[in-house]
Amino acid sequence: MTRRSTAGPCDPRPSEITPARIYYNRRQVLAALAAAPALSLPGSSRAAAASDLEPNSFEDITTYNNFYEFGTDKSDPAKRSGDFRPRPWSVAVTGEVGKPGTYDLEDILRPHTKEERIYRLRCVEAWSMVIPWLGFPLGELLKRFEPTSRAKYVAFKTVLRPKEMPGQRFPVLEWPYVEGLRIDEAMHPLTLLATGLYGKPLPNQNGAPLRLVVPWKYGFKSIKSIVEIRLTEQQPPTAWNRSAPHEYGFYANVNPQVDHPRWSQASERRIGSGLFAPRQPTLMFNGYAEQVASLYRGMDLRKHY
Amino acid sequence: MTTIGDGALGKTHAQPARDSRPGAAQGPATRSRPRRWFIKPALFLVLSLPLAMLLLRLFGIGGLGLGANPIEELMDTLGLWGLRILLLTLCVSPLASLLRKPWIMGLRRMVGLFAFTYLALHFLVWLVLDKWFDWRAIVEDVAERPFITIGATALLMLLPLAVTSTKRWMRRLGRRWQQLHRLVYPAAILGVWHFWWQVKADWREPLVYALALALLFAWRIRRSRARR
Repeated sequence: MTRRSTAGPCDPRPSEITPARIYYNRRQVLAALAAAPALSLPGSSRAAAASDLEPNSFEDITTYNNFYEFGTDKSDPAKRSGDFRPRPWSVAVTGEVGKPGTYDLEDILRPHTKEERIYRLRCVEAWSMVIPWLGFPLGELLKRFEPTSRAKYVAFKTVLRPKEMPGQRFPVLEWPYVEGLRIDEAMHPLTLLATGLYGKPLPNQNGAPLRLVVPWKYGFKSIKSIVEIRLTEQQPPTAWNRSAPHEYGFYANVNPQVDHPRWSQASERRIGSGLFAPRQPTLMFNGYAEQVASLYRGMDLRKHY
Repeated sequence: MTTIGDGALGKTHAQPARDSRPGAAQGPATRSRPRRWFIKPALFLVLSLPLAMLLLRLFGIGGLGLGANPIEELMDTLGLWGLRILLLTLCVSPLASLLRKPWIMGLRRMVGLFAFTYLALHFLVWLVLDKWFDWRAIVEDVAERPFITIGATALLMLLPLAVTSTKRWMRRLGRRWQQLHRLVYPAAILGVWHFWWQVKADWREPLVYALALALLFAWRIRRSRARR
């Protein structure tokens, strides 16, 4: 697994691939800046600048999961994914593409240079983590398959294996789990197909062997254990929207000003901050506003929640 | 001679204890009493176990912990046990009746106070560790998030019950004690509702509690009809 930046105009931001050693120094600089109000970065809160890029522990990331295919408790995925076999694995790339087909996972992954991306992940339940993913931009994969001009959306599907995934034996959600992105969201340089975390292959409970990470949206958009990627003309159905359409929308952009019908989205609990830390203010687009706000210019984000 | 005690069976004033209901044991009640003395302390210990476990986890004793989100785990565990013990409180009266052992009623106050303790702690954890005494956020949550409004109301209903749980208050309030303590019914309904409304998609556990509550109500409705 190599760690090199990709060439071209869609380079990941240096902050996302800098080695950890330099990372932590940068964090200290930011903390110092945040502590001096006159010098603090515009648009960032003190909490965000000081702690937003310190990754959570491997233990936290792999024992506190929402992966209902293995059960609905946070501890279920770690406890009940032991029987899951992430290999052999194939991914079907279908729909509005010039070269549809079903490919072995190795063939899917081989041409792409994997790099470390440290992203915030914000769950719709109002907790968040920082996770050092290993992966490559989804856009790179899509380009290989030559999307046609009719490709307006990308749809994803999770594997259906009730024998290995005990949560799928009961229809808590409609199985298999499905998700989707608009084509520009899918092609965005931040959108990641992840194969590992902390430099190691994804544990089963984190969506092995291949998952999506869309850091400016609520975590349920980051679909796990992908078996199909389909380019479509129509907006595809998504699992949580099917389950509760007035609570979970297609876009699901992190937005402190648009509450969930039953709870506020204005603040979040940062996992790993301990028993006595206050909640932190939620950032628009989970702190990625600079990179993604332009995708939604002119859109009423209250209507398109 | 045993007194039947608590107002639940319709007696709020001292009376010679003659249980004239069909099937009630007549004769000296002292015969079975020596075997029963340990039941209350034993029940006290059993009901304290979830709290003890929580403390062990809180202080990381024996390798136990509260997981990645300790505040949520604390709140959820306290709330769940509070609700379970509250439902247990509602089981005491049917149990005493079905087993024809009126002395079981003497356990009800302790079970009820345990329920209140767990639920008060559940609320305090929310107030202190989750909200950090941010009164504006607290008021906003209680006013604008229905599931929190319902939870707060349920707890508020249980507060006077906890306060008036002593024999002294029973005497003071007389028949009104029984009327006041009927608040446990709406409190239990709101408690189950408060739980149900937080679940994202898996309604199985709250459904179980709702069914248990329905059964406990059905028994009471049947009993009140039978008495007329």
